[in-house]
Amino acid sequence: MVQLNLPANSKVEKGQYYKDKTGSKNIRKVNVYRWDPSTNENPRLDTYEVDMDNCSSKVLDVLNKIKNEIDPSIAYRRSCAHGVCGSCAMNMNGKNGLACTKSHSELNGDIDIYPLPHLKVLKDLIGDLSTLYKQYESVEPWLKTSKVNDKENIQSKDDRAKLDGLYECIMCACCSTSCPSYWWNGEKYLGPAVLLQAYRWIIDSRDEDRKERLKKVADELKLYRCHTILNCTNACPKGLNPAKAIAEIKKMLATA
Amino acid sequence: MSAYKIIDHEYDVVVLGAGGSGLRAAVGLSEAGLKTACVSKVFPTRSHTSAAQGGISAALGNMGEDDWRWHMYDTVKGADWLGDQDSIEYLCKEAPAAVLELEKYGVPFSRTDDGKIYQRPFGGMTKNYGNETVQRTCAAADRTGHAILHTLYGQALKHNTEFFIEYFALDLIMKDGACKGIIAWNLNDGTIHRFKSHTTIIATGGYGKVYYSATSAHTCTGDGNAMALRAGLPLQDMEFVQFHPTGIYGHGTLISEGVRGEGGYLVNSKGERFMERYAPKAKDLASRDVVSRSIAVEINEGRGIGKEQDHVHLHIDHLDPKVIDERLPGISEASKLFANVDVTKEPIPVVPTVHYNMGGIPTNYKAEVLTLNGSEKTVPGLMAIGEAACVSVHGANRLGSNSLIDLVVFGRAAAKRAAELVKPGMKHEEIDKNETDRCLDRFDKLRNSEGSNPTSELRLSMQKTMQSKCAVFRTEKTLKEGIDEIRRPYDGMDSLSVKDKSLIFNTDLVETLEFDNLIRQAITTMDSAYHRKESRGAHAREDFPKRDDENYMQHTLSWCNGSKTKINYRPVHRSTLTNDVQYFPPQERVY
Repeated sequence: MVQLNLPANSKVEKGQYYKDKTGSKNIRKVNVYRWDPSTNENPRLDTYEVDMDNCSSKVLDVLNKIKNEIDPSIAYRRSCAHGVCGSCAMNMNGKNGLACTKSHSELNGDIDIYPLPHLKVLKDLIGDLSTLYKQYESVEPWLKTSKVNDKENIQSKDDRAKLDGLYECIMCACCSTSCPSYWWNGEKYLGPAVLLQAYRWIIDSRDEDRKERLKKVADELKLYRCHTILNCTNACPKGLNPAKAIAEIKKMLATA
Repeated sequence: MSAYKIIDHEYDVVVLGAGGSGLRAAVGLSEAGLKTACVSKVFPTRSHTSAAQGGISAALGNMGEDDWRWHMYDTVKGADWLGDQDSIEYLCKEAPAAVLELEKYGVPFSRTDDGKIYQRPFGGMTKNYGNETVQRTCAAADRTGHAILHTLYGQALKHNTEFFIEYFALDLIMKDGACKGIIAWNLNDGTIHRFKSHTTIIATGGYGKVYYSATSAHTCTGDGNAMALRAGLPLQDMEFVQFHPTGIYGHGTLISEGVRGEGGYLVNSKGERFMERYAPKAKDLASRDVVSRSIAVEINEGRGIGKEQDHVHLHIDHLDPKVIDERLPGISEASKLFANVDVTKEPIPVVPTVHYNMGGIPTNYKAEVLTLNGSEKTVPGLMAIGEAACVSVHGANRLGSNSLIDLVVFGRAAAKRAAELVKPGMKHEEIDKNETDRCLDRFDKLRNSEGSNPTSELRLSMQKTMQSKCAVFRTEKTLKEGIDEIRRPYDGMDSLSVKDKSLIFNTDLVETLEFDNLIRQAITTMDSAYHRKESRGAHAREDFPKRDDENYMQHTLSWCNGSKTKINYRPVHRSTLTNDVQYFPPQERVY
């Protein structure tokens, strides 16, 4: 009989319980995924009782409160705190998003916070995004033009408008890590975040490399692993539509 | 501390920080064939440049006549004559080429009807030496910083810059007054790295997080500034902290000046457009220090809005929703998220919020770091750019959209200068063991702190003190109290508590190192403010309401050893760089 084993650290154990010490009547339980690479222990789920009467509105405020007042060892990325840097992407009550723009009042029951799904965890809520960053590099995210003069490129308002909904991407990876196809083939399939970026350069009227760019992504694995599940568009905290960008690339290839 | 394993690297140049200025420098250095490392505590596109909204100034003249000399005059006046005019000339003259270069890199600028880069009005930007408003601020909707940062990262990838991402820099390596590189901690695997370099470029941004309420990111902790202080170098003009007039009330999120550029205006509880009283000509588009002070006066005199009468309203509900949608989409989103306001129907509650540090590491216009030795003297092997630097182009008050242009103009200047000074493959000197030990001793001591004061408590105490004692308006009394109070959290480090002892992504220790950096800057800011007994730009002393050109046409220099500071001064440069423009002598500053 074949023995099937789960990969290391798949089993999340029950962790510590931090009881409220403020005496607040408005307590919420916050369950946070914890894993420390310097121990040989499995990941665990720690529970914190948080006084919601003295907590600002976003999930990041809850985490900061825990880190500042209860447990300084908890690790997560954060920076701008208003949804433009993309650092604090995580999974909250089963859905990917930015902790700094997600209101805790929108979440029902206990708050469950996990790292973005299917990334190698580096510590606690910090996932390893290096593969995604390499894939981003592979689409050559820079303007290719042979024009060498000291004047600006002229671009019509309509052509510029084609970049709307694309250039705003903050590379938080909420979309790619919500995509089942990216979960299974993340090494080879570029995934929604990177394909959105690929399309941003393909559709830029100033770029002279459209044909080559299209050729480079026209690949069974890189592009066509998108099965229009649309989790990506559903997950994007900036309201962008990566699924549509991928569809546009496929359409351009089909009609080329 | 020999217990730490050290990994050595040799680079021609090390850039510390990967925001707008660091990336622009890295691109130029890589282009020049220099072996360049770019070290950053966050992934480049997470840098705080991404939060810049309104735009980047340059006298392109796409929306009517413009001249870089007019831009220079506005900047000199905005700076309340504390800026060095040779540097300001360089900034404004180089600006148009720098913006066109960004466009060539691929920045998705908004466009005019004829397809050129769109430019919007901004505070303090005028035509013909202070006359009517000019449209000089180049914009990519209200996400200009984001667009520039991502584009520059792409360029750095194109030029194969070597990145060291999520490395936290600990200290400069100094030898006989020259910089020989840096030591950094790799958060990903916990190793210590020593980078030898012929030139080190500090591009670590501002230190807004010394205040409780700031538009700054959590990561804006001025790490490079503190490294300079620990290396025995001075910081310059630290008392000049810009309060942005429009941070969202209660949250601090930035609402771009571009909102007023597109026609937005402020009102008090009586429904008055009060800026008409303070700046009859420029009104809501006066420079930021003027608008912030005006709001503070309105609130202090009981004309604030809300239960606590502690904020004012910013209206854009009269604008065409199509204009809002095209030019200010990010503002609509932020207002909804953080103030629950639909900007097409309701005003945004706003309050002056700490936003930018005019002060920083003193440099000349070539980005070389300066210190005082009789007169000015450059520090070999060390440069600084961006918000970390004090060139000084912003003087006592920065004009909106002059920061993004500062990043790219001086990022480029630093790369150019480094390429003159460093030849590819030059030999490196040995690093003195003491220098490494000194740095790692501090690291190890903080890591193994077993006291009773959590970093978060000391940080909060520092932030509250700065917020109450070193605010928009200052007096002898508040500053004197501040000088004592701000040293308490510093002394609190004697019994610091760091719970996490690990080395991989130990964010408890990161925040502690950041606090150690912040508190030194808080102290120099408070002490510099106390010693400047005049009002100039963002430094408003109620007890000295006038500008005093006789005594204070000088940059403050502050050294900090432990919690002890030493204050000295150097004269403001009173000449231009070339004969293309005349020196603008001090005038009364009216908007």
